[in-house]
Amino acid sequence: MNDTWESVIGLEVHVQLSTESKIFSNAPTKFGQTQNSQASLVDLGLPGVLPVLNEKTIEMAIKFGCAINANISSKAIFARKNYFYPDLPKGYQISQLDDPIVGEGKISIEVDNEEKFIGITRAHLEEDAGKSLHDKYENLSAIDLNRAGTPLLEIVSEPDLRSAKEAVAYLKKIHSIITFLEISDGNMSQGSMRCDANVSIRKYGEMEFGNRTELKNINSFRFVEKAINYEIDRQIEIVENGGSIDQETRLYDANKNETRSMRSKEHANDYRYFPDPDLIPVIISRETIQEIQKTLPELPEQKISRFIKDYKISEYESKNLNVSKEISSFFEKVAKKISSPELAAKWILGDLMAILNKNNSEIQDSKISSEDMIDLLSRLEEGSLSGPGAKKILELCWSSNESVDVLVKKEGFDELKGEDELLEIITKIIKDNSKQFEQYLNGKDKLFGFFVGQVMKETKGNADPKLVNELLNKKLKQ
Amino acid sequence: MEDLSKLSLIEQINGLKARKFSSLELTEFYLKKIDQEKALNSFISLNENALKEAKKSDEKIAKNKNSSLEGIPIAHKDIFCIKDQITTCGSKMLENFVSPYSSTVYEKLSNSGTVNLGKTNMDEFAMGSSNETSFFGSVLNPIDPQRVPGGSSGGSASAVAANLCSFATGTDTGGSIRQPAAFCGITGIKPTYGRVSRWGMIAFASSLDQGGIFAKNALDAALALENIAGFDEKDSTSINKKVPSFLNEAKSKDKEHIVGIPKDIIEDIKDDKVKNNFYESLEILKKSGVKVKEIDLKNIQYSLPVYYVIAPAECSANLSRYDGVRYGHRCENPKDLEDLYERSRAEGFGEEVKKRILIGTYCLSAGYYDAYYIKAQKIRNLIKQSFINAFKEVSSIMMPTCANVSFKLNSIQNPVEMYEQDIYTIPANLAGLPAISIPSGKIKKLPLGIQFIGNYLEEGNLFNLSNKFQQNSNFHNE
Repeated sequence: MNDTWESVIGLEVHVQLSTESKIFSNAPTKFGQTQNSQASLVDLGLPGVLPVLNEKTIEMAIKFGCAINANISSKAIFARKNYFYPDLPKGYQISQLDDPIVGEGKISIEVDNEEKFIGITRAHLEEDAGKSLHDKYENLSAIDLNRAGTPLLEIVSEPDLRSAKEAVAYLKKIHSIITFLEISDGNMSQGSMRCDANVSIRKYGEMEFGNRTELKNINSFRFVEKAINYEIDRQIEIVENGGSIDQETRLYDANKNETRSMRSKEHANDYRYFPDPDLIPVIISRETIQEIQKTLPELPEQKISRFIKDYKISEYESKNLNVSKEISSFFEKVAKKISSPELAAKWILGDLMAILNKNNSEIQDSKISSEDMIDLLSRLEEGSLSGPGAKKILELCWSSNESVDVLVKKEGFDELKGEDELLEIITKIIKDNSKQFEQYLNGKDKLFGFFVGQVMKETKGNADPKLVNELLNKKLKQ
Repeated sequence: MEDLSKLSLIEQINGLKARKFSSLELTEFYLKKIDQEKALNSFISLNENALKEAKKSDEKIAKNKNSSLEGIPIAHKDIFCIKDQITTCGSKMLENFVSPYSSTVYEKLSNSGTVNLGKTNMDEFAMGSSNETSFFGSVLNPIDPQRVPGGSSGGSASAVAANLCSFATGTDTGGSIRQPAAFCGITGIKPTYGRVSRWGMIAFASSLDQGGIFAKNALDAALALENIAGFDEKDSTSINKKVPSFLNEAKSKDKEHIVGIPKDIIEDIKDDKVKNNFYESLEILKKSGVKVKEIDLKNIQYSLPVYYVIAPAECSANLSRYDGVRYGHRCENPKDLEDLYERSRAEGFGEEVKKRILIGTYCLSAGYYDAYYIKAQKIRNLIKQSFINAFKEVSSIMMPTCANVSFKLNSIQNPVEMYEQDIYTIPANLAGLPAISIPSGKIKKLPLGIQFIGNYLEEGNLFNLSNKFQQNSNFHNE
């Protein structure tokens, strides 16, 4: 944190919409296919081909607009953005300039327990470009047009963000909205969500913005924070040394954690936008918007309140369960099947998240299924499994890929110690811990727990806690 | 054997049905004739499979399984993509481009049973009014081989006029069907914008381009157009309206005509012979019972400058895809990306194309866009409105097709003078209206044409009016 300089940040987020086919052609949009196997005549930009709009993209954009309470344009116009690049087959990108489909809106973020609203300038539809591969052949570049024509929703924020932390919170919020709406898988590592940041600095109290730089290519939450912080420090250093900031585009290099100049304002493209004559304006009626509004799924904020109410979990837990749609629905699946939803919240946010984090994994790729979790927590609830036992099974469940049911049998957790066996153990424990036993008899009730622990330890958790309590009660009071 | 090539399309269909001759005989006859008339340079390439296609048609005719135009040999302007055949668009850029797909126009005519003789010569990327900009050399006018056939569809016009096929396809962006039809003494129709699919028709100016037909008379043109018109989901600007039988409409005796005469335009005709021909033509119509009314077409005098902003602007983007990266001409040993672009395009495009790309790029540039492109679009709307108003009072509008007869090769050096060739044809393109040119007389053996412009989707009306004229005159048979 710097006391003199305030940073001003605006983000442009590109969200890949999860349609089956591309925005202007019928080619599929699957990720990770053989190069150029998903490029149709239209995506290749052959002579004589024409774009036809995939209407699904309009619906998805409207969904987003509704979710952020934005104005939806009654008319959406596509425009050609002209520039030459080998992975841009037509020599222009079909995008939107005037009349973007989604107009002004806002979303709330929370940083350090404080809520803040970030303005959305606009969100528009456009097609993605292909990919240039420079390291495949010596002295040659290769072009993969599989991605060309993939639908993107570009969400542009106002310069309302004041720190890298806020930028990350904003990005996470966008991520949760688009995934809850199911308009994108939000997978940043596959490029389904990409981000450019406009960064400038000014002295606190100043109204005017400083010259801004545009940071390109920041493709993870972690890099967003690092790149912006690096850029803020770079700008402060320049200005404090009497220099000035050039308005330019800079590329973030994640390996070196630095930004470097890509092109200056003088070399900025004149994109020569004009309405695409191959596409007619899309007219969006009030009724259409209302229809789509009706189909909106529950959004994170609504889910947070409902979880608190329905499942009696804390606000903190509810918020954390609702950072992603996957965690949220995982929780609901489990919570509905067991008698204590609080237990589900505790285990999912605690042990499960710890395992996922340790293995750098997301819940949707989790080897522990919701069925496993239900099985595990049910056993815990009915007392056939102890806490430490459950923890052990959960870890094994991840590492072995086996179901909870199989693991419980394999590890012998289903063969609980019988009453006689337990009594024998209890007798032995009392004998071994005569000092504590004496103290207990003298009124130190707290020691009851100590004996429970000893029994569970001795039985390696293979004991019904209820039964242990019952027997201990009997024995200690004899 | 009689000269089969002198037969009209309808006569040929009847001859084939009556087994007077076979499609193979007809096709062989034409191929021989095309070879004899090589000097006209009407064709860029011939279809190697023409005779095979003819045999197939003969088999269908023998089995009475013939489609509407079964066995009729025709020619396609080399702007229509045909699968596995070279489609050059008259340019060095696409000299060796083998299309992997077929245009809708070709598909439709192929399904109608036509035999493709080959691809006709044209101005490069349809930019020109004399066919002199073709990379494959000028086409000669069969009426006077020292003169041009007009452009850009000069090859198709000269082929029909020289009896090298009974009808041919063409495209019209600013007069490219009607002006060559007039110069070669044949009938040419540009239908309503959106009537004929642009899929697979190489784009020049997308909001103006429209496919159409060259034929010997209005009835032939009506039948041919019927076979290429119709909604196509692959073209977003295609009109989803049922196509009536244009032939029936052409022959209908119920149609009443009120022909509008834009008095100011007619009075301004510089060449008295052209003006006289107009009034003589009007007399022929009046004799056949057609009513006449003077009209005022406001703002139409701005058509030419408006066109020369919009068409180049659109072409500057449409032609960006020819970058030497994926297909088309690529320069030898490019030293880097910039060099690849610059030399491939400098070598692949001719002068006229480059000129228009430059004009278009300029008109769309930052700082000029509002002054040129936006203003041109506004005037375009005014012109459209003038026509809409006029059609409240009249059923069609009559004008000369061109201000002059065919001129000698290389005689027009001033580009503006060349652009003025289209002064009477451009308004229909700007408004998207259907328009037809039919022969109306001669000046020293050189044909003149008159043009009828119809209301939206009223091609049938134009054919009917033209047929009336042709029933009362013989210019189309001279």
